[in-house]
Amino acid sequence: MTRSNMVNALITCLALGVLLAPGAAAAQGARDALPRLDMSPGELTFDKAGDARTLTLKNTGKGELNIREVRVGPGSDEGFRMEPAQPKTLRPGEKMTVTVRYQPEGEGAKRKQAFGNVQVLSNDPDAKEHKGTTGVQLIKGKSYLLTVMVFFPLLAALFILLFLKDGQTNALRLAAVIGAAVPFILSVYLFKNFDRTLGMQDANYGLQFVHHFVWIKSFNIEFFFGVDGISVAMMILTGLVSLIAVGASWSIKKQVRGYFIMFLLLETGMMGVFCALDFFMFYVFWEVMLLPMYFLIGVWGAPSRVEADGKVRGGPYAAIKFFLYTLAGSVLMLLALIAIYYNSSPTTLVDGTPAAHTFNFMKLTLLNSFTLAAPILGMTFHKVIWVALFIGFAIKIPMFPFHTWLPDAHVEAPTAISVILAGVLLKMGTYGIFRINYQLLPEATQWAGLAMAIFGIINILYGGLCAMAQKDLKKLVAYSSVSHMGFCLLGMAAFTDAGMNGAMLQMFNHGTITSMMFILVGVIYDRAHTRGVNDFGGVAGVMPVYAGFFGFAFMASLGLPGLSGFIGEALVFIGAFKTYTFLTMLAVVSVIITAAYHLWAIQRIHLGPFNKRWAKVLPGNDMDFREGLTLVPLAIIVLVLGFYPMPVLDLISVGMSDLISLVNPAGGASIAMATP
Amino acid sequence: MPEYSASVQEFVRVNWLFLIPLFPALGAFINLIFGKHLQKKFGKKAVHTIAIGAMVLSCITALVHFFGMLLPLAPAQRFLLNEVFPMLDLGAVRINFAFAMDPLSGLMAVMVTTVATAIHIYSSGYMHDEPSYWRFFGYLNLFCFSMLTLIMGENLILMFFGWEGVGLCSYLLIGFWFNKSGMFQEGTDNAKAGMKAFVVNRVGDFGFIIGMTALFWGLLGMWDAVEGKETPVNDGRCLEVKVAPMELPGHGDKGHAAKLPSLIGVAHAADPAHGKSAGHGGPLAKHQWSRCGEAVAGVKAKRQPGVQVGSTQQLYLGPTVSFREIKDQLSVENGAGEKVVAKHLEASTLFGISLLLIVTLGMFLGATGKSAQIPLYIWLPDAMAGPTPVSALIHAATMVTAGVYMVARLNFVFILSPGGMTVVALFGALTALFAATIGLFQYDIKKVLAYSTVSQLGYMFIGVGVGAYWVGIYHLLTHAFFKACLFLGSGSVIHGMHYVAHHHDDHGEGHGHDAPPGDLRNAPDPTDPQDMRNMGGLAKLMPQTRITYLISCFAIAGIPLFSGFYSKDEILWKAFSTGNLLIPGWIIWGLGAMGALCTAFYMFRSYYMTFHGKPATEEHLKHVHESPRSMTWVLWFLAAGAVLMSLIGSVYFIPAVLLHTHPWIHDFLAPVTSLAESFQKPAAVTSHAWEYGLMAFSVVLAAAGILAARFVYKDMEKTGKRIEALKAQWKGVHTLVYNKYFVDEIYHATWVRGFMALSRALAWFDLKAVDGLVNASSWALRTVASLSGAIDRMFVDGAVNGVATVVLGLGKRARKIQTGRINGYVMGVAFGVVVLLFIVWFVTPAGAGQ
Repeated sequence: MTRSNMVNALITCLALGVLLAPGAAAAQGARDALPRLDMSPGELTFDKAGDARTLTLKNTGKGELNIREVRVGPGSDEGFRMEPAQPKTLRPGEKMTVTVRYQPEGEGAKRKQAFGNVQVLSNDPDAKEHKGTTGVQLIKGKSYLLTVMVFFPLLAALFILLFLKDGQTNALRLAAVIGAAVPFILSVYLFKNFDRTLGMQDANYGLQFVHHFVWIKSFNIEFFFGVDGISVAMMILTGLVSLIAVGASWSIKKQVRGYFIMFLLLETGMMGVFCALDFFMFYVFWEVMLLPMYFLIGVWGAPSRVEADGKVRGGPYAAIKFFLYTLAGSVLMLLALIAIYYNSSPTTLVDGTPAAHTFNFMKLTLLNSFTLAAPILGMTFHKVIWVALFIGFAIKIPMFPFHTWLPDAHVEAPTAISVILAGVLLKMGTYGIFRINYQLLPEATQWAGLAMAIFGIINILYGGLCAMAQKDLKKLVAYSSVSHMGFCLLGMAAFTDAGMNGAMLQMFNHGTITSMMFILVGVIYDRAHTRGVNDFGGVAGVMPVYAGFFGFAFMASLGLPGLSGFIGEALVFIGAFKTYTFLTMLAVVSVIITAAYHLWAIQRIHLGPFNKRWAKVLPGNDMDFREGLTLVPLAIIVLVLGFYPMPVLDLISVGMSDLISLVNPAGGASIAMATP
Repeated sequence: MPEYSASVQEFVRVNWLFLIPLFPALGAFINLIFGKHLQKKFGKKAVHTIAIGAMVLSCITALVHFFGMLLPLAPAQRFLLNEVFPMLDLGAVRINFAFAMDPLSGLMAVMVTTVATAIHIYSSGYMHDEPSYWRFFGYLNLFCFSMLTLIMGENLILMFFGWEGVGLCSYLLIGFWFNKSGMFQEGTDNAKAGMKAFVVNRVGDFGFIIGMTALFWGLLGMWDAVEGKETPVNDGRCLEVKVAPMELPGHGDKGHAAKLPSLIGVAHAADPAHGKSAGHGGPLAKHQWSRCGEAVAGVKAKRQPGVQVGSTQQLYLGPTVSFREIKDQLSVENGAGEKVVAKHLEASTLFGISLLLIVTLGMFLGATGKSAQIPLYIWLPDAMAGPTPVSALIHAATMVTAGVYMVARLNFVFILSPGGMTVVALFGALTALFAATIGLFQYDIKKVLAYSTVSQLGYMFIGVGVGAYWVGIYHLLTHAFFKACLFLGSGSVIHGMHYVAHHHDDHGEGHGHDAPPGDLRNAPDPTDPQDMRNMGGLAKLMPQTRITYLISCFAIAGIPLFSGFYSKDEILWKAFSTGNLLIPGWIIWGLGAMGALCTAFYMFRSYYMTFHGKPATEEHLKHVHESPRSMTWVLWFLAAGAVLMSLIGSVYFIPAVLLHTHPWIHDFLAPVTSLAESFQKPAAVTSHAWEYGLMAFSVVLAAAGILAARFVYKDMEKTGKRIEALKAQWKGVHTLVYNKYFVDEIYHATWVRGFMALSRALAWFDLKAVDGLVNASSWALRTVASLSGAIDRMFVDGAVNGVATVVLGLGKRARKIQTGRINGYVMGVAFGVVVLLFIVWFVTPAGAGQ
């Protein structure tokens, strides 16, 4: 019942979207004797220094076109140059050309990408709303990498939709593996080729692999993909965890086709969130991710059932809970998005067209301060918006008291979806806070620091203690996620180098470690069809390989030095201690609680005498090759980062110090060593 | 000329120090991943060849570094530094994966690798019948890797790596027989004992982390010490200082002229190419190893230390985790010879309490966890569930001494906090006595040794707590040998007695296991090979084990000529004469002396009960046999160590005081504690008469303890009845002590239960209150919805009815979409999203181009 309602609503939404989008274009009225400026090509691309490109301006209207000025627009890369053109009048049908060169000097020559625009001031009536200006975009080093990474899974889903049938399980799996493997391989390429030295002060705001054009001009919405170190780290995590989750999806037996379509759609949404730099696009991908997740939990999760206490549980219940919770967050985010848009100051779009408002994150960061915006219902604008956005993201993290959807969703979701949920989806909350709250509203962020720290500590301790009382292994891991994500909150609230980098590192490490844990829970569930922590005992004796991986993952999760979980936690402790000394001391109690519940779980499942109940099921049924294959890469990453976290820290530290100098300009960011 | 001077630690960069921990790490890796297959294919020999081979290589590397590189250096230069790779570089937080060998870590590394090698060899005999042989050796090697990291780690974080690593291995090895239920009367199973060890240690780690972070950020304010005002810094800075010579007693400056040995691997510290020549790309290439560039630029000579006395250099002042950097900055003096930075740190406060008190108490809490002191000693006796070689290596010789080592390592921090020092010494003394009393009445031979270990660790803490760091370390080293020997001796006995566990299987099952605590049972469980009441008269059956055990008993009891005497006696004297504490030293001494009496008694009690008297059964004569040579050889080696270790701490036969010279180990460790020495307060008692008097008194105490034990336990046949009578007479005391003062029970009833109850309460709260709120709000929404629905029906509907016809018509068509098949929905959703994204994407820009 509910499900069909949902689908109807969905289809209506989609239909509306399709109708509305080109609507603006359709509003063009008839025109008579008016000049019309046509510029071709709409985008000039340059390959190397010294390149020259010609731009043709043509009057396609019926009246005379006065071209007052043609210039390289403001905000363009310094390398773009052109001879100033004299004012000229074009008769209908007449053309003129201008030449633009890319001739960078000094440091600029090394840049892989450069962006700029050419503005034409004319009497074209269409340009009126843009102060008489029309623009063309200049690009050097156009990159489709991110676009391919984001949309490749969607293409794979489309392929499955069009060419494969439900019975062809192996073909479906192969398609899904390819659909997830290509973005992963590209993310490795991204990792290798990302220049770690560029920061916000550098050209192009330090963003790389940018794909940027105007998407919906009438609403100033731009298509803007680009990455900084933080995004790269998250995209690698997404690529890796998605690929591994496909590997963990072999146990899905029903509706395999639909499952993989949804899965790949989900991956597109996740990838998009991590590289979208236009608030509107960010929101679109955020929502794109929400729907498939709803179905994946609801349809492929545990079936609906009535529990002993009379409560309805099961996939559909958990899915609705997840959906409503996240939707509530989305609504808040949508309101904030609109409020921010209408309070942004005028700027230009990427092609040089002046715009009254913008969704562009970088423009919102660098050109706007929302501290002066008009108050909302008597409350300071930027604080209200900050809180609205924060709640939206806090639900995803999930932060106490918005966390109760997580254990339910995990318990009901299939293994692979739990992996995605814990490995990637939770990080979107913290990523969103970094990207939007910190970047756009730094003053409010400072104001809210203490509250974030307190909630972080509640998460850490409360999550840990709740985990200790759980009898379902998956719930235990879910609550441990609540606890671990608390470290991210505490670290990011510290506004110090160590704290914020630690929070980010913790995000990455939690992604890999928790993925391992959920896969391991899935392994035993597939065999025993129960996850009761108390239902086992002595499993290590009969499934030694499984026990080895289990111990490894749990030790990593409890923060054992030498495995990656420790470094993040230690950095968070060190970083937060300076800002919130007493609170951090309180948080350190978690090292005891964490050890207690992890070891107790190992104890009850793996040690002690073997529970004879499983005598026919578990002995001789150790992990198979495929299951091992999903765990080994994660284990290697966990081990290597445990000793050598530089690969991740190196990636994120420049981006992080930019963020720190935004939110904590007085200090925190490392000051160059000064000698007296 | 710079205004300030500092005795900056001179050091020599070397390249291969990391091999010492690397070899066991590789051994562990091979055995844990491939060991099972190796064992199946090539037999157990392959497994232990790899493990022992790794340890031998590690031991040789350690010896080469110690004797070949460290010793030839001038005392002040004895600091080998090997920077392997940078781990973290975030503003103030900068952690290098680096190993260092100075006299302290050098001695420890040599001891650990030697004892560990011996115990590996012993284990190949002891564990011979174990099916998971590979796992055992894998864990053992992993342990050695962690222990060596702990010792040689150049900074607090790396030390913590080892610190937790040894804890993990201890956990794994205590629970090695994880599906057996335990041999102990509590009926706990082995794995739970491991878990207890881990969790209790984590309580200590809580203190460690707080101490470490508090110290780290405490150093942030050090710039104020030289600038004289509150400067808002978030990071350290570099101070120009003149390098002053290290103050070493009796060495003068002559050492500095000595040349560095031209051994392969000694890299020049000032080699500017060093950082880049590492051959790593990426982040390593741009990493600078030192923050203030202590390397003097443009130095011509290749083999000279990077720090030169008399030169001027930049010194880092600020937060750091590196031991060397902390020590260097604390040694900064102004023109008037005042140690301004140390003074400033001493005066720093946190929450109104002395910062250093928080630091030292936090670190000491960590030490009480790892080194089994009050209040966190409770895990060590349970840890005896592990195989006996493990008890010898981990729970006697090496891991449990980590806390002592840590205090000695941070001597320059602890010495600045008299409160912290007092706590360390007092808790050490209390533990020394407390554990010794528990040891008096234990029957399990390993438990006797466990409590003895707890007690001996207490002595080490007295040593480092009163500021006599070298003595604490000296006792650590002697103890490593004689206690390892005792444990392996007991292991040899258990190995010999092992038959009883199988022999008596048909009767007595569960007899001892379910005995309620507090039961003063006279009859031991006859299947327990560790119960001393089942032994007796083993001297003839296991002669070599007996002799070596006896030698070690003399050592631990404190009989002159045996190593334990020199170290323990020196500790007691230092405690008596110290002026560093807030309480008079004789209190510490008194507790320690009483403990020494108990020690002599319970050790000889165990010796006589095991090896003398009549065998418990005649069966012993048939079954008990001396252990294989791989085991006895090791016993002899360790027993020799128990005697010969006295050489480094005394002038043999003659106590050092007679010659008015310091023992070798004192002078050797002087560079490590040189800074702390300058903060020492004058001794309260300096008279030699007192020293001799107390020495004689301790010998008398030891002799009294031994004789008392001999009197009571040598021939239990005769004295048995008297013992029982005494027990009955002192029933209350005996019950209390026999049950270890019920500390375990008290902890369980308070902490464990408390946490469990809290956790259950919160889980309930989460389910009912938080989630309940969510469900309630959804209920509220539904109510509002149905209300608005009702309004809708009553008022708006009428107007809409006309429209409804149209809607119905549409609905009929729409119903065809809603087929109820999931596949259809999925396709719909997917297709819709695709359409949305693609159409909007492609259509709109074209439209917008106009």
